[in-house]
Amino acid sequence: MTEPLLKVRGLKIGATIYPQGERPREIEIVHGVDFDLAPGKVLGLIGESGAGKSTIGLASMAYGRGGVEITGGEVWVNGRDILKSGLKDVRSLRGAEVTYVSQSAAASFNPAKQIMEQVTEAAIFQGKFSRSKAEERAVALFRKLGLPDPENIGARYPHQVSGGQLQRCMTALALCPEPDLVVFDEPTTALDVTTQIDVLKAIKDAIKDTGVAALYITHDLAVVAQVSDHIMVLQQGATVEYGTTDQIINHPREPYTKALVSVRSIQHEEKQPTDTPILRVEGVTARYKGTSFDVLKDINVEMYAGQTLAVVGESGSGKSTLARVITGLLPPSAGKINFDGRTLTPDLATRPLNDLRELQMIYQMADTAMNPRQTVGTIIGRPLEFYFGLKGAEKQKRIQELLDEIELGKGFQDRYPAELSGGQKQRVCIARALAAKPKLIICDEVTSALDPLVADGILKLLLNLQKIEDVAYLFITHDLATVRAIADSIAVMYQGSVVRYGSKSKVLSPPFDDYTDLLLSSVPEMKLGWLEDVIANRKMASAGN
Amino acid sequence: MRIPLGALLGLFFTALFFAMAIFASWIAPYGMAEVVGDVWEPPSDKFMLGTDSIGRDLLSRMIYGGQTTIFIATAATVLSFTLGSVLGFFAAVSGGWVDQSLSRFVDLIMSIPSLIFALVVLSVMPTTVPILILLMGLLDSTRVYRLARAVAVDITVMDYVEAARLRGEKIVWIIFRETLPNALSPLVAEMGLRFIFAVLFVSTLSFLGLGVQPPQADWGGIVKENKEGINYGIQAALYPAYAIATLCISINLVADWVLNRTTSLKGGRG
Repeated sequence: MTEPLLKVRGLKIGATIYPQGERPREIEIVHGVDFDLAPGKVLGLIGESGAGKSTIGLASMAYGRGGVEITGGEVWVNGRDILKSGLKDVRSLRGAEVTYVSQSAAASFNPAKQIMEQVTEAAIFQGKFSRSKAEERAVALFRKLGLPDPENIGARYPHQVSGGQLQRCMTALALCPEPDLVVFDEPTTALDVTTQIDVLKAIKDAIKDTGVAALYITHDLAVVAQVSDHIMVLQQGATVEYGTTDQIINHPREPYTKALVSVRSIQHEEKQPTDTPILRVEGVTARYKGTSFDVLKDINVEMYAGQTLAVVGESGSGKSTLARVITGLLPPSAGKINFDGRTLTPDLATRPLNDLRELQMIYQMADTAMNPRQTVGTIIGRPLEFYFGLKGAEKQKRIQELLDEIELGKGFQDRYPAELSGGQKQRVCIARALAAKPKLIICDEVTSALDPLVADGILKLLLNLQKIEDVAYLFITHDLATVRAIADSIAVMYQGSVVRYGSKSKVLSPPFDDYTDLLLSSVPEMKLGWLEDVIANRKMASAGN
Repeated sequence: MRIPLGALLGLFFTALFFAMAIFASWIAPYGMAEVVGDVWEPPSDKFMLGTDSIGRDLLSRMIYGGQTTIFIATAATVLSFTLGSVLGFFAAVSGGWVDQSLSRFVDLIMSIPSLIFALVVLSVMPTTVPILILLMGLLDSTRVYRLARAVAVDITVMDYVEAARLRGEKIVWIIFRETLPNALSPLVAEMGLRFIFAVLFVSTLSFLGLGVQPPQADWGGIVKENKEGINYGIQAALYPAYAIATLCISINLVADWVLNRTTSLKGGRG
């Protein structure tokens, strides 16, 4: 076997934490990780947030981000241990032999400089190419990555290209100095599913054509299965399983890996429409104040008591705006909303308290949806007090009942949101919505900020609660796997209109319209070779290209 | 609960100043306006800080002066914070024309330098302590309003405020239960600073002869009365400066500590 390009042995990474009122102390966040990467190969690092995958990725450039320190082990790049090298050697390595692609290209590009200048900067600085040579190479990379107008796109500023294009520019930036290794840190996580697939394909082809080795960091096993040769599964800073992509996906050995592979396996029997519609949206058109553009165009959907309507679409399709119209935050310019047999007033301020109570909302970011200065008891207790006038022991009892319902149990009432994990926070938000005894809960991307296993738990909980409380969900999401798991009927939104609407089985079975086909086919599947099949067979190119 | 050394020091001096102010008439060795010695006597056993330009005991003047200055500054700060933050939050939560008209009115007031504004008002109004407090409180509340509004605007776009609105909460709940607890940290930090500005402002007014009127003592007045002494190497005019500097540092040490406690999102328990 040839000498590996990157050899990591016993890598230990520590950080200093500063607990309030205590002495700062050292904790270890990566506990001795080993792996090899041969030239031209791709290794996928996968794990939940906090697993240490980004930290390990950056350590292969001998870098520790904000307060993180590499405390032990060896990192060999091209035959030398870079942890023992001086700063000067490390500097000559970064941006020349090893480069980095970050998650949010929009936040990583300097908005005041043209793309070309930034793409070629490292190559010129490291003396790899002359300016004209580097620019020539950049244009070639732009072309290879499928960017439109490759000769001139470099003259644009970062805000003048779309998110998917910018992510590809960043890939060009990383490949420009002809590195031996590129670290991709969640390069497609911030993108829409239909954009992700093209960027993924571009990255994969670029890796293959340039023969560069790559570390591909992501939390999405289905994505990493498409690009990598080997996969390393991490949990809390330690290796769980390390093997070829085929072995990890098709024959996982460890229970944790099995759980990751079989995530979203919830089976949900579709319910038939009843004759009691809980919500009917009739011809709703809406625009934001001071604009002349309709964000929603003549929306007609209907949903039934105790059932789930999933509204699916990309960012910008108007699905969250629909929620704002229904809740009364944005009065529609035309059309009306019928709720439980009565017409809702368009503006929140004029709605009777009972309408407000029966229509609750759960947000995407549980962090910002709870007041950080209130305890869990206050957060859940307020609707009880506000709508039902519960006080004292009675209120306490009901709060505890709700906490039991969301499977949190005792000891949570006095905690502050900062003392909860991401999944627990979202559960508390669910309890707050349930406390009002609503008939309809609008769930706005409630699982998209969560790790897959945690999100799975939340979906199961929601389904369970639906059985107990007979509450209807209007479920807004961009994730079709979630839709399959919980919906009874589906509305597909595209550029402010509903392009497909009906029961789940009807919407998800052919013949498809072009957009639904694109959307459905873009959801990564945990199967080798899926990416190539999809690109070859689809009918419509995705937006953002 | 462990109190850091800096905060302890700050607490000690702040408490000392406030205690001296409150118990002035028991602590001061002589009366406030009593002429007890020669002009500008040097410090001695009898007069710890010496005497002033007409032979009053300087230490007693400093203690009584501290009482007046600290009282006026505290009252003005409390007034400016109550008024400024409530109006600021109200503007931010209401938005629209309420916000616009309040903010533009405040801009108008702020566009006039506050010292000039105060001088104009004081030249037509009688110079009494209540008028001084009211004037300083109102002028300073424009600054507090700006800060409170800016902080609250960021808070009112958070999902938990939207959730409260969707629940049907009234504006009072949104201001006092959702916004205020989250805006407290910057306001506390500002309060430490604003108090000191109030001390300086009232001292400036007195120095110009438009603040506290003789024979009542205050720190600015003491500087005014004794400023000629500096030519002869008499320190009398500098003591108020020392006092203001000490008070400033200790108040801010305390404010920093309170700030550390209030920024904790875990209820200060680790």
